[in-house]
This record gives sequence, C-alpha cells and structure tokens, in this order.
Amino acid sequence: MRFMPQTERDVAAMLETIGAKHLDDLIAHVPASLRASATINLDRGRSEADVVGEISALAARNTGASGFSSFLGAGYYRHFVPAAVRAVIARAEFATSYTPYQAEASQGTTQAIFEFQTLITQLTAMEVANASMYDGASAAAEAVLMARRLMPRRPVVALSRALWPEYRATIRTYLSALEGLDLVEVPFDDATGATDLSALDRIANDRLLCMVTGYPNALGIIEPLGAIAQITHRAGALAISATAEGIALGLLRAPGELGVDIAVGEGQSFGLPLQFGGPGVGFMAARLTHLRQMPGRLVGQTRDRDGRRAFCLTLSTREQHIRRERATSNICTNHSLCALAATVYLSLMGRVGLRELAEQNVELAHQAAAVLEVAGIRRRFSGPFFNEFALKLANPLAALEAAERRQILAGVALGSDYSELSDALLVSVTEMNLGGEFSRLAAAIAEVR
Amino acid sequence: MASAGRIGPVAVAETPATPQRIEPVAGVPLIFELSSEGRRGVDLSPRAAGQRRGAEIIGVELCREDLPGFPELSEPQVLRHFIRLSQLNFAQALQFYPLGSCTMKYNPVVNDELAALAGLAGLHPATPAHLAQGALELLARMEAALAEITGMDAVSLHPAAGAQGELTGLLMVRAYHRKRGQARHKVIIPDTSHGTNPASCTLAGFEVIVAKSNRRGYMEADEVRRLVSDDVAAMMVTNPNTLGIFEPEIQEIAAALHDRGAMLYLDGANMNALLGVAKPGHMGADIVQLNLHKTFSTPHGGGGPGAGPVAVKKHLEPFLPMPRLKRCAAGYEFDAERPDSIGRMRSFHNNFGMIVRAYAYILALGGDGLGMASRLAILGANYLRKRLQPHFPSATGEPSMHECVLSHDLEKRAGVSTLEIAKRLLDFGIHPPTIYFPLVVPGALMIEPTETESKEILDSFVDAMERIYDEALNDPERVKNAPQTLPVSRVDEAAAARHPILRWEKKA
Repeated sequence: MRFMPQTERDVAAMLETIGAKHLDDLIAHVPASLRASATINLDRGRSEADVVGEISALAARNTGASGFSSFLGAGYYRHFVPAAVRAVIARAEFATSYTPYQAEASQGTTQAIFEFQTLITQLTAMEVANASMYDGASAAAEAVLMARRLMPRRPVVALSRALWPEYRATIRTYLSALEGLDLVEVPFDDATGATDLSALDRIANDRLLCMVTGYPNALGIIEPLGAIAQITHRAGALAISATAEGIALGLLRAPGELGVDIAVGEGQSFGLPLQFGGPGVGFMAARLTHLRQMPGRLVGQTRDRDGRRAFCLTLSTREQHIRRERATSNICTNHSLCALAATVYLSLMGRVGLRELAEQNVELAHQAAAVLEVAGIRRRFSGPFFNEFALKLANPLAALEAAERRQILAGVALGSDYSELSDALLVSVTEMNLGGEFSRLAAAIAEVR
Repeated sequence: MASAGRIGPVAVAETPATPQRIEPVAGVPLIFELSSEGRRGVDLSPRAAGQRRGAEIIGVELCREDLPGFPELSEPQVLRHFIRLSQLNFAQALQFYPLGSCTMKYNPVVNDELAALAGLAGLHPATPAHLAQGALELLARMEAALAEITGMDAVSLHPAAGAQGELTGLLMVRAYHRKRGQARHKVIIPDTSHGTNPASCTLAGFEVIVAKSNRRGYMEADEVRRLVSDDVAAMMVTNPNTLGIFEPEIQEIAAALHDRGAMLYLDGANMNALLGVAKPGHMGADIVQLNLHKTFSTPHGGGGPGAGPVAVKKHLEPFLPMPRLKRCAAGYEFDAERPDSIGRMRSFHNNFGMIVRAYAYILALGGDGLGMASRLAILGANYLRKRLQPHFPSATGEPSMHECVLSHDLEKRAGVSTLEIAKRLLDFGIHPPTIYFPLVVPGALMIEPTETESKEILDSFVDAMERIYDEALNDPERVKNAPQTLPVSRVDEAAAARHPILRWEKKA
C-alpha cells in the first residue's frame, strides 16, 4: 500500500464527509452480480525488493542481451546512447507530465516538441513535421492514409517489396478497412536489391495514389529515391519515403531534396534503447501544402498576453477533439517522451557529430563486408548500402547457429519474410561493433559455408 | 490553502551566441539559438580506422552537403537547456494533477529502473526466442494478469497506445463479421464518448451512430435496442462513462447488442475505477482495450509513449493482431501462422518498456492492492464531489466512480468561464481538471484525483476552488488574467492556429 497515502483515519474521515460507512458502500450501485465475481485472483502485493528480484530474474534469462556480439538490425538499431539523454528523459517533470493541453503549464514539453519538429524538418529537408507518431511502421501507414485524404479518387497504393515487411504489413492492416483500394508491390531488382524502376514505371498512371519506398530499404540498399519520386510524380502521385535507420539521414541526401512528398521513419536510433522493439518513436514530415491533412499532434509558436514567445498544441481541429468522426487520425497519445529523447540526442550529436557518426557507420559496415569478402563470403546485392547488407549464403540458418555457438548474433535471415531470399542473411553494423568482431563473424560463417 | 503556484525558478536566458533576438525574449531560448559553429556534445570513438570518408565509399552523389540549421552545442549546454525546459512543466511528481479521464496517478520510480535493466533495455527485437525467454515469459505473465483483471479470455499486448488499441479492436470486429459474411458497417457510440472513439470508428471504416444518454447521464438499454440493427457491428461504451458514472444497464446493453449479432466494445480508459470492482468480461464485453499509462502507472511523458493492450472473448481470439505469443516446447515464441489475424498494427512486438513498468506495478499491488487502488480512487472522487458541492454542483445525481463531473454558475453570475477557472488553478500550483468534457455538460469540470493523493492534497484543492469561486464574484479580473505566476501568461492559442509557425527557421 506504499503508493496510497490514505491512513485508516483519513478513510474514516472522508467516508464520514461523504456520508458512507464503508468503502464498499461507494460501489453499492454497481450490480451485485458483477461485484461478486470481481475479485482479482493474483498473488498478494509485494515489497519493492521482491518486485526487483522477480523482474531482475526474468531480465537475466535473456542471455542474448549480454556477452554476445550482435549484428542484429532489420529495422531497429543498436547505437550508443549518451548518458545525458537518459538523464533528461528520466526527469520527472517530463516523464510525469501529461499531454500539454494547458499550455502555460507545459512550456517545457511544448518547446521540446517544437525543437523536435524543427530537427525532423532539417533532417528530412521538409517543411513541416508533427510531434511524433508511435513508430516507423504506423507512421508509414498514417502517411498512406494522409495521401488518401489528399487524393481520395486514386485507388492504387504501391509499396516497394524492399520496404520493411513490418511496414508493409502495418499499412495493409490500416488500409484493410477502406473500400476500393488496391495494394500493389513493386518488386526489387534481384541483382542490385533496389526497387525495380521499370516495374514502377509500368504501374505509374493516373490510378496511382502513392509509392512507399524504404530509404535505406529492408535489404540495406540506398534506393534511387530521386528517380522513384520522379516516376511517381510523372503519374501525379505522391512519393513517400520510410527510414528505419535515422542515422542514415545524417549522411544521405535528404528525402525532401530528392522530391519526396511525405517522409516518415523510426527515430529509435536517436537515443532510445532497443527495449525488445518498443517504444520507439515515429516521425513524419511533409510539404507545407499538406499540413491540414497531416495526422497527429503539432506544436506551434505563438505569444502570451505580454508578447513573450510561447508554445502550444495547435491545429487541433484536425484532431479527435472537435470534428471527432472527421478527424484526420485517432491519435491521442503520441510518443512525446521518446521524441524528447530524440531531440536531446540530435542536439548532442549536432551538425558535425551526426554526420560523422553516419560516416562511421558506413565505414564500419563496409569494413565488415570487406573482411567477409576476404573470407569468401559475398554480398547478396550489388546496390550501395549504408550500415546494413545482405550476405549470400547457402544456408543462412546454419550460419546463424554456427555464429551463436561462438556467442555471435550474426543477423536476420531474410527468408522468413522473403521466400525468394532463402539464401540471404541481413547483417547490421553500427558504431557499437568492434573491429575484431568482423573476423570472428567471418570465421563463424565460413565454418558452415 | 495551497501555496501560490510556482513551477520552480524561471530560468534566466543565456545570451544567444548569435544575436537572433525575439522581443521580448521568452524564458528559454531555442536550442538552435544557443548554437555556435564548431561546438559538439558527443565525442565519437575513433573506431572507424579505415580513414575513408563515408561519402567516398558510397559516392558523393548519394550524400547530402550538410545539415543546415542543426544545432552545435557542448554537452553541458544541451543538458542545461533541457533541464531548464523541464522546470517549465507541471508534472504529477510535483503537483496535484486531477485531470479527469487521464488518471494521473503516481509513477513508481522503481518501474523505470526495472525497464532499464540491461537484460530488458538492451534486448533486440530480432533476438531468437530461445535467447529471450525471460522477456517472453514476462509478456506471457502480463497477458495472463490482464486477462484475470478484465475477465476476458485472451490478451494481445501489441498496440502502441490506447487509441491504437481501439482501432485494433474495431478492426477485429470488422474482420469477425466479414468472416461470417456480414457487412455490418455501423457502430453506436454514446454522446458522452471519448473523442478517440468516433475517430477510431472512422479509421476502421465504420459509420458512427450517436446514442443519447439519458438525463441522469447514463445509457439506457432501450435506446440501444432502438438503434441496433443488422447493420450495427458493435457499440463502443466507456464504463464508467465520461461522467464518471457506472453504466447501470451495461449487462442489458450487452444482451441487446448480442441479440442482434452486434458486439460490445468496452473502452477501458476508465479501468482505474473497476479493478476488483467489476470485470468487463462479466459485463458482457467482447473487447476491451487498456491504457497502461492510466490504470497501470506507466509514464504519461507529455503525451506518451502509451501502450494499449486489447483483451477479447474467445470468439475474437483468432483475429488478434500479429505477432501473437504462444507456448512452445521450449517456453514461448511468436506465432506467425494466424490466418484470421487482422495483421500488424506497428513495428515489432509491442511497447515492451511500458509493459515491464506496468507488470512491476501489478506485482507490487497484487490482486488485493489493485482492488484497494480502485476503491481509494473512488473514495477520493466522491470526497471531492461532496466537498465541492456547494459551489460546484455535480452534473448528475448519480453516484460517482473514480472521477466526477462538476459544473458551476460563474459564467452567468460573473462572466468567468470554465477555462478561466482552470487557468487560475495553475496559479495555485494545481493542474486543472479536464474542462469542457464530456461535451454534453456545459462548462464541465471533470475531476479525477486518483488513489495516490492524500486527504491533505484534496483539501487544499477544495480550498483553492472555493477561493477561486470567491474571487470570480469579487475580483473577476484576477481570475480572467490568470495565470500570473507561471513562466508565461495566457498563451494565445488562436493566433497559433491562424498563423502556424511549426518550426524554427534560420534567419537569412
């Protein structure tokens, strides 16, 4: 009962004020049959020490978490998190505040979100960004819904097959409720691993609503996003990019520069722990002309009565509060605390740091690929890659097992999501990988090749 | 009496390195205004020893020239900036936060520490199941606990937030009817519903029918019988509803829906009133979503992250989203073979970090403690309602559950609006209740104290409300000009919407 301050005397006094005798008198109006069966059959409450003991024991059983060298990526990335990021998001003033409906009491949260929005527009070279989405996949789904609101008559949604499988699946679910939409997959080139431009060209007509492309894509390849946007635009459709590895945007040409209309992605790389896949933080940026159809929360700059700069939630007429069934989305919670982590992280990295980190990631990944190459292990695709690449292996599952015996998590077998890629293992490298790991990885894989 | 409200010392602005003056300068400059070329807040390990620059490796044509506008600061500058920002916030850890429908209860500190354990925080979602059995078992135990708490048959922890849980639930309703060859395309929603309910319905492709609650503030089964037809897929009911009233006819409503082949979707946003009091499963609910950040004490974080598990009865289990946890010989794994599943709602498994926190909370309270939490939350709400009754009468004569909706006559008597009352409360260091909601109560003040607030705090809130009432009658300008003790005075929200400024831009 340590979370509840009421003493027996308090309870008695409060009951007396109310005019009740017993706590259960207050729920006497709840049908008796419901009350009778409402007892929660769980163990009795525990001390803090016991809870720590129990959950620590569960944590300790995740042997993959320590002692292993890891090349797992595929949409979630292991990057170093500066301590200052954790220090800020641990602040109770941020963690235990609510959605900033009372602007005057929420200038900290609203200003931080305004800074997040700005950083995302800078990173993507777009004009407007929202206050964060749940994650990359749902942000991509919301982007397609947004495109649909912008051009309700176009029925074809094109997804690159090299877009993350989770993103494709989420888009599929979100669209399942809408009538008259066709989802088509644009294949990737078996040699390069990039989206097949000629295939896109064939479906690019006035029925096309939008094209969603991973950047970099799920095979690690840096897509020719400019060419894809061009083809998409020629058909009058919208180009959407989805980035799972945000660090890449520190180096690669920005989606906005390449003609993308809506840039979404996952911000987990920006200072959030892996946490078994969540929470992450989605981002979404778009052109100013599309602002009114953008889903989710937005913070705007304004003034207070004394003319001082101030911030508040804005354009909420698009939200669930007012028009309700005509809202642009049902988003109520965003991932504000995670967006704050990303804001702190990107501020620490800064203009030079983020670029250098991105370059390090490229260098290390290419070093790893070179070490593997020397051991006779080839890449599956020839396209340019950022910090993740697929290997061509006769038996990726055997390679994973061999690596695991050496305390190495070698990567993700692409065959589970791509039947045509049962010969491919996706390896991810970040600044967390040490040089010596590459030769150990090569040795492990070479053992079963 | 609560002491006059301050949210801590208002920071004195550092002089921006480059003079980009906004007159008059607000409390804290933007991070971009503090930037100075050449500073950095992180030292990278010199590990990439290959000496080839990234741009040369992948070709300059793929690379951007720069990150224009990106900030450049030292670590202490960054830290100081955000700590200053933190001081401009109200927060549950500092203030009474009786925000109706949001359940701003205490967030146990230990929960954050547990979620940060290396074995949990460092776990990659693609880790093979046999190396993540601790995490999977935690998820399985949480599913079982939530099934027990709700009285439902199966639970998915997948959705990323309460509203996403709503959408997930509605998509399952849709998939269920479709599977049975029924094209039911309408959902009934009470006029007291949460704003997310109709929005979620629209997203799920349903047309919304609004049902009227009666004069006493609850939903009558007769009204439901009148509206339900073979076109109706489900009804979405919040119970207790947003007036803080337990829906007395809920079981009859469920029966009325089920008789016509429609389902009862129970919005579990107000679950903090029901722990050990009544289980949604026994009310006849087919689906309920749970907002972990409300009932189960995970951080609100200025708007999230949340987590919105869905609990269902057996007939909906096949439709639960992917991935779905299942038992296997070696323990637990994720099941990929679920042909009737609505599919994925998000990346990876779930908001695991939030689930760890909520599980820690459930362990700490146990079955008995959870039941006591709801009872004390109900006690607090009824206490406030009773004490405020002379000046702020209840919007309904029905008994309150964990929150109460009050009204007032100050608009008529003194021209003082509910918004102004709310702003004045800020001056007393108290976060205002939810206002103007539910929409059916004019000038509503929706107050939810939660079980984690002491009698002294509740009494000081009553004092503040009484004082504001007096002020409104005797010195209305004081109320209308609130807040005056915060880092900013009344914020012009209309101007923000008229001329949206949504990002900082570098002056040319």
